[in-house]
Amino acid sequence: MTQFFQKLGNTTLSSFAKLGRSSFFLLQTLSAISSVLIRPRLLNNQLYSVGVLSFLIITISGLFVGMVLGLQGFYILSDFGAEETLGVMVAASLVRELGPVVSALLFAGRAGSALTAEIGLMKATEQLSGMEMMAIDPIKRIIAPRFLAGLLAMPLLAALFSSIGVLGGHIVGVGMLGVDEGAYWSQMQSTLDFQDDIINGVIKSIVFGFVISWIALFEGYDAIPTSEGVSRATTRTVVNSAFTILGLDFILTALMFGDI
Amino acid sequence: MQNTKTQDTLVGLFVACGIAALFFMAMQISNLSAFSSNTTYTISANFENSGGLKVKSPVTLAGVRVGRVSNIFIDRDSYESVVEMSIESQYNNLPDDTSASIYTAGLLGEQYISLEPGGSEEFLATNSKIDLTQSAIVLEEVIGQFLFKDAAEE
Amino acid sequence: MDNPVNSGNDLISIENLTFSRGERKIFDDISLTIQRGKITAIMGPSGTGKTTLLKLIGGQLYPEQGIITVDGSHVHQLKRNDLYTLRKRMGMLFQSGALLTDLTVFENVAYPLKEHTSLSKSMIRTLVLMKLQAVGLRGAKDLMPNELSGGMARRVALARAIALDPMMIMYDEPFTGQDPISLGTLVKLIKNLNDTLKLTSIVVSHDVEETISIADYIYVLSEGKVVGEGTPEQIQNLDSEWVQQFMKGHPDGPVHFHYPAADYNNDLFEY
Repeated sequence: MTQFFQKLGNTTLSSFAKLGRSSFFLLQTLSAISSVLIRPRLLNNQLYSVGVLSFLIITISGLFVGMVLGLQGFYILSDFGAEETLGVMVAASLVRELGPVVSALLFAGRAGSALTAEIGLMKATEQLSGMEMMAIDPIKRIIAPRFLAGLLAMPLLAALFSSIGVLGGHIVGVGMLGVDEGAYWSQMQSTLDFQDDIINGVIKSIVFGFVISWIALFEGYDAIPTSEGVSRATTRTVVNSAFTILGLDFILTALMFGDI
Repeated sequence: MQNTKTQDTLVGLFVACGIAALFFMAMQISNLSAFSSNTTYTISANFENSGGLKVKSPVTLAGVRVGRVSNIFIDRDSYESVVEMSIESQYNNLPDDTSASIYTAGLLGEQYISLEPGGSEEFLATNSKIDLTQSAIVLEEVIGQFLFKDAAEE
Repeated sequence: MDNPVNSGNDLISIENLTFSRGERKIFDDISLTIQRGKITAIMGPSGTGKTTLLKLIGGQLYPEQGIITVDGSHVHQLKRNDLYTLRKRMGMLFQSGALLTDLTVFENVAYPLKEHTSLSKSMIRTLVLMKLQAVGLRGAKDLMPNELSGGMARRVALARAIALDPMMIMYDEPFTGQDPISLGTLVKLIKNLNDTLKLTSIVVSHDVEETISIADYIYVLSEGKVVGEGTPEQIQNLDSEWVQQFMKGHPDGPVHFHYPAADYNNDLFEY
């Protein structure tokens, strides 16, 4: 019986310790951001691997999600004779929720896990140690560029997801199911507010980008430098990112849309 | 290591696409384009019951949106609902005997204010008050009236 | 900032160092000195923390007690910037080479030069080629690290370690797992570089034969203490059973062959 409590206490303490380490790590990373801006080449490389390489999965997923929304939405709305509001339904769902959240989940899975594996492997092969001994700060050279790239790429990817999704809804709704083209766009435009919906969606995706990059980079940096350690760290990145995104989404939604 | 020139181009393209998507969202999806004239003036109207009217509900004239509801509060003396509206400055020729009614858009739609111009030669200016108002229709009262009317006839 | 201490012949001095990992004491109040211009070997069985010692000297780890002085500077009292300046004068060769996997051989060796100097591209190119020539791998300059054999990777790492013309190099188990030819090459390189570049070298290893052939002074560590020190001849004649077992490679001695266990007969006929 005491063993159970011992273990519980141990786990709690080590979780707190990890939280403390990761906060310190975050502070170091944030203070190193200024040095990244002096070297745009580094940022560029990372934007490529994090942004450009995620482009395909985000756009294709966005397209399909938008199309499904168009399809399902049409059938539900036609029960109320409200097919004209399909545009509103598709756009609101995407811009407010699905865009930021789904693209964040995809990002965590694709780019986040890659970041963790890369950093973890660098740790395991002593590259990070080697850099330190060469008097080069790995936080400035390796971590901060990747963090900034994740932060910048996420809102762009979320916007892409939402936009392509709306177009996907258009293809299905207007193109295949006969919703009126004018109604699709005009209803959408009169209902969706720039400030409330678009800006909030962008804010959400920036927050998600911040959190995913933080988790992915820290898990790699903190990983046990063996092959098993790195693979477990990669899994933790995806799982923890997913939980955090969904939890934060609820909090942000309540804060942003709760008062309307 | 990737050819840096190709890499740079692709990153540039990626960022451009992302920004284009943001613009698309702003322009096509939301009402940003209708935001162009930001200058407004405020007028108010008292209603016995403002029903489901909300802040940001549209204010229309002859079916065209000319402004939005900016504030709703209670008048402590008359116990009426005071609705303040922001009207776009370009619509500065509303007669001061204009009436304001609360209608519902469609059966289940949101409520909005519809302005009916009067014939006066003087126009509404900032902080003017609209005197003629028609409150929102409360469904229960209508049903109640209907039932009572039937009962009265029998 | 240098302490006004007479550094004299000792490039590095370690005094009363104590360091633990969790419960285990890795170093228990040890003291040793590394002389300038010489090759000093630190030997002992695997797991005695020899790599940890190098990390302590380089300031990557902090001791519980004790003072480590490098060229007059107390390592663990240096401010961050000064520590980095000191590290630029230390070269370190990691066991795995620790080359950056996304850069070519040339770019790896050029890395410290690009980071810490403002030399022109052509100057850097010249220097890199010279360093690669010194380790015999100038022709491999465009290969990627994953195309190199283990021995070649270590030589490239060595070229990188001498890129900034440091005053000392630390070798972490350079001989482990190498084929005879690579071994011979490395041994020769370490000796030559030390002498021609007037370096101070610290070699951490448990390969007795190779280390003896080039070391000027040897420390033997075990269980957190220095159990023997001296020149190669002195060590080989040292009157310590433990050192003798280690140097000669006897399977049984103070370090027992049998892991502590119950009585053999009882164990076999347990049931």
